[in-house]
Amino acid sequence: MAANGPVANDADANPALRAYLDGQSRKDLLRFITCGSVDDGKSTLIGRLLFEARALFEDQLTALESDSKRLGTQGGEIDFALLVDGLAAEREQGITIDVAYRFFATERRKYIVADTPGHEQYTRNMVTGASTADLAIILIDARKGVLTQTRRHSYLVSLLGIRRIVLAINKMDLVDYAQDVYAAIEASYREFAAQIDLHDITSIPVSALRGDQITIAGSAMPWYRGPTLLEFLDTVPLINADQAQPLRMPVQWVSRPNQEFRGFAGQIAAGVVRSGDALVALPSGRESRVARIVTAEGDLDEAVAGQSVTLTLTDEIDVSRGDVLAAAAAPTMVADLLETTIVWMSDEPMLTGRPYLLKCGAATVPASLIRLQHKVDVNTLQELPASELALNEIGVGLLSLDQPLAFDPYSANRDTGGFILIDRLNNSTVGAGLVRGGRQRSENVHWQALDVNKDNRAGQKGQRACVLWFTGLSGAGKSTIANLVEKQLYALGRHTYLLDGDNVRHGLNCDLGFTTTDRVENIRRVAEVARLMADAGLIVLVSFISPFRSERRVARALMPPGEFFEIYVDTTLADAESRDPKGLYRKARAGQLPNFTGIDSPYEPPEHAEIHIQTASLSAPQAAEQIVAALRSAGMIDRDWVFLP
Amino acid sequence: MRRLSHLERLEAESIHIMREVVAECARPVMLYSIGKDSSVMLHLAQKAFFPGRPPFPLLHIDTQWKFREMIEFRDATARRLGMDLLVHVNPDGVAMNINPFVHGSAVHTDVMKTQGLKQALDRYGFDAAFGGARRDEEKSRAKERIFSIRSAQHRWDPKRQRPELWRLYNTRRSPGESLRVFPLSNWTELDIWQYIYQQSIPIVPLYFAATRPVVERDGALLMVDDARLPLRPGEQPQQRRVRFRTLGCYPLTGALESDAATLPQIIEEMLVSTTSERQGRVIDRDSGASMERKKQEGYF
Repeated sequence: MAANGPVANDADANPALRAYLDGQSRKDLLRFITCGSVDDGKSTLIGRLLFEARALFEDQLTALESDSKRLGTQGGEIDFALLVDGLAAEREQGITIDVAYRFFATERRKYIVADTPGHEQYTRNMVTGASTADLAIILIDARKGVLTQTRRHSYLVSLLGIRRIVLAINKMDLVDYAQDVYAAIEASYREFAAQIDLHDITSIPVSALRGDQITIAGSAMPWYRGPTLLEFLDTVPLINADQAQPLRMPVQWVSRPNQEFRGFAGQIAAGVVRSGDALVALPSGRESRVARIVTAEGDLDEAVAGQSVTLTLTDEIDVSRGDVLAAAAAPTMVADLLETTIVWMSDEPMLTGRPYLLKCGAATVPASLIRLQHKVDVNTLQELPASELALNEIGVGLLSLDQPLAFDPYSANRDTGGFILIDRLNNSTVGAGLVRGGRQRSENVHWQALDVNKDNRAGQKGQRACVLWFTGLSGAGKSTIANLVEKQLYALGRHTYLLDGDNVRHGLNCDLGFTTTDRVENIRRVAEVARLMADAGLIVLVSFISPFRSERRVARALMPPGEFFEIYVDTTLADAESRDPKGLYRKARAGQLPNFTGIDSPYEPPEHAEIHIQTASLSAPQAAEQIVAALRSAGMIDRDWVFLP
Repeated sequence: MRRLSHLERLEAESIHIMREVVAECARPVMLYSIGKDSSVMLHLAQKAFFPGRPPFPLLHIDTQWKFREMIEFRDATARRLGMDLLVHVNPDGVAMNINPFVHGSAVHTDVMKTQGLKQALDRYGFDAAFGGARRDEEKSRAKERIFSIRSAQHRWDPKRQRPELWRLYNTRRSPGESLRVFPLSNWTELDIWQYIYQQSIPIVPLYFAATRPVVERDGALLMVDDARLPLRPGEQPQQRRVRFRTLGCYPLTGALESDAATLPQIIEEMLVSTTSERQGRVIDRDSGASMERKKQEGYF
C-alpha cells in the first residue's frame, strides 16, 4: 500500500537506524505470568523489569517518585510496586485485584507480562493470566521458602499447560545472600514440582528491590554463575510445538464478499497449511482440499500456527462458523460427552443439570454438567468428593453437550481443548475448562431386545423385580436391616440377592480404592449390577452408604419408575458414632481415614425416599417388617404377576 | 519451522478479535479518531475482511475542535477505502456553545466526547464499538479487557468485566448492553510506529515535523490552527518546527519541537524520548485516577 501523506519513509534515513528497524521486525514475542504470594515482591519485580528495560518515561518516573514519597511505602525510596498497581480501589486496599498486562521490550524480544494476584480467592485471575502465557515466573520469598501458595500457584500453572518455570527466589538481600538458604529452597521446590509434572525449572536468586540478578549480576552473589533473569528470558528458546502438530483452524467467519468468493476465515491453532492440502471439516467429516490461502498481501503458499488467514477449498462443502478445519489424515475428536477439568469463576455455584453455554474455538453449544467426579483442593492437591463447584474451586466432571463438538485434549492444544462456560441468564463468563477427553454415549451401543423379558422372569418367580437401595451413615444399621429383609423375603419364597458394599469390594470392585473417582465408579458398577440382576427378575437389595444425591439419582435413573425403592436408614451421627461397629469413626476422628462420611465428607439425606426408617424409634426387626409391608402394598411380592413369554 | 515476529503475532491477534465481533454482533461500528492508532486499526480491518470490505461503518465523534488537517485526512481516508463514515456532533454541546476555553478541558471533553459518543451509539443502535485504546497507555488501562461490557447507560463496571482466557471472548449481551472492543490492547506505542513504518500506513501529516504557528502557554506549545484560539495578552504566534505525538482537540494538544519529518526519524526520536505520549494530552492530568473515573462514566 502506498503512503499518501508526506514523505513517510525517506531513503536517506540513518543506515544504522534502518538496520535497527529491520531487526525490530524480526523480534519475537514472549508472554509470561508472574505468580507469588502476597508480599513476595511481585509488583516490585515487574516494576523493576520495566524500569531496567527502560519501558518507563521520565514523567512516569517523576509520578512514581512523588507517589513513593507521598505513600512512604519504601521509606522514601522508589517503590516500583506503585507503578503496576493500577486501579484506585486496589491502591486503597494495598492489594492487586485483577489481571494486569504489562509490556516491555529488549533488543531481542517483546514481552507481555500477566500480573496476577496471589490471594486464594483469586484463583480465577491466575488461571486467566496463565491461559495465554508461555512461561511462568514463580516468586518465593527467601525468608519463607516454599509456601502453600507456592504449591497452589505451581499446580495452577501446570494445570494450564505451562511447562517452563523460572523459580525466582527473591529478597536474597534479607537472608544475607546466603547460598545455602537458596540451595535448600531450590531443592525443596524441585522435589515438589516433579510431582505435578513440572520439570523444566530454572532457578535464579534475585533481589527485586536492590536489582541483583535482574538485569545485572551485581557483586552480592558471586556463588551464582547462571544467567540474570532478563538474560534468561531473552535467550530461552520459544517452543514452536504448535507448528509440528496436525493442522487445526477453527472457522471464525465465512467470507462471502461476492457470488464468486467463499472463504473460511480463522486463526490457525496448530500446524501448517499449504495449498493442495487435504482437509476435513469437523464435526461433519466432509473432506476437501485447500485451493488458496488468501491474505490482503496476496495468496500465500503456506501459513503456520498463529496466523490469521482465509482459506478457500476446491469443493463446495458445507462449512460454517464453529466448525474446525483439520488435516484429513489427523482429524480432531468429535463427541457430545466431554470429560473435563473445570475452574469455577462465579459466586453462584456450578450445579449438575443446569444448562450453560460452552464456547470452544468458534463454537458455542449448550452444555450441562451431568456428573462431578471430584474437586481438587488446590492447597493439598487432594481429590475430594463434591456435588457442586463454588467460586475458585476446581473439579473434574462430565459435561453433556446438546450437539457434537470437534476438539482436542487440552494437553495437545490449548485453543481446541480450552473452553469457557457462560451463564445463560446473565451472560457472564462463569467458568473455564480443559477437555481431558471425549466419551461415547452408551446409547450408541444398541440394547439387544430379547424375547424373554424381565417381567417374564420375575413373573416366573411370582414377584416383581425391583431394587431396594439402602442409604445412610456408616454404622446406621443398613446391612443389619437389609439382611433381615432378605431373610423374610426368602422365607416367603421370593428370589433375592443382597449386594453389600464391603463384599462387592472383595471381588468385582477389588481394583477400586477410596479416591473420589473410584468411589463414584464403585457406585456406578453396583448400580449397573443391580439393574442386571433386577432384569433377571430378582428383588435386589443394595446396602451402600452412597452419601451423594447425584450418585443415587444415577442408580435410580437405571430403573423404570416404581421399581426403585430408596430406603433411608436415618440415624444421628452421634448414635452411629457411639455404635461404631467397625471402629471406623475412631480412625476417622484420628485423621487416619480422609473423606469419611459424616466426619470430613458430607452426607446428603434423601429428599424423597420411598421408605424412611428412623432407627431411634424402631428396632432392626421392626424396620425390616416395615419394609416388607411397604413392598407388599406396592404389589412387589404378590403371586399374581405371571407373564408368559 | 517459521517463527512469527512480534508484529505478526499482534496483527494476527487483532484480526482474530475483529472477526469475532463481526461474527457475533449484529451492528458493530469502528470508532475512528483519525490518530495513528485508528490508522493502524483501520489498516488491520482491511486485512481482516479481505477480499471484502470491513462490514461496518466508521464513526467519528467530532468535538468541532479537531485540527483542520485531521478532518481533511478523515474524509480522504473514508473516500479512499470506500467506507461509510458517520460523523456525530453533540447538538446540546453546540447549543450551549461548549468550548475548552470557557468551560475547561474536563467539561468540554465530557460533553463533546463522552456524551457525544453515547448519543451516537444510542442513535444508531450499535451493539459493539471498536476503539483503538492500548493497555500500555495508562495504568488503569492495563487491566481493561479486550471485550469490555457496558451497561445500557454505557457505564464501565470493573467488577462486572469478564475473564478472558486463551483466545475466547464472550460477546453475549443482555438487551441494552453493548461492547467496547479494543483490538490493539496488546500493542505498545513503539509497536504502532514500527507497524506504520513496516506497512507504510498513511497517517495525518501533523505527526511529522513542519513549520507551524504556535503559542507557548502553561508549559505547552499550542498550535494556532484557526482564529478561534483566543490569544492572551502578550501572546504572539511564532513559527516553529514542531510535530504532534498524539492528536486530539487542538487547544488541548501540546506540540513538541522536533525535526523528525520521516517515520524512521520519529521512531529514532521515540527511542531517546523521555516523556510518555499521554503527557501531551491535557485531560489525563486533571486528577490522579481520572482515566478510571472517565471510563466508568462511559469514556472510551
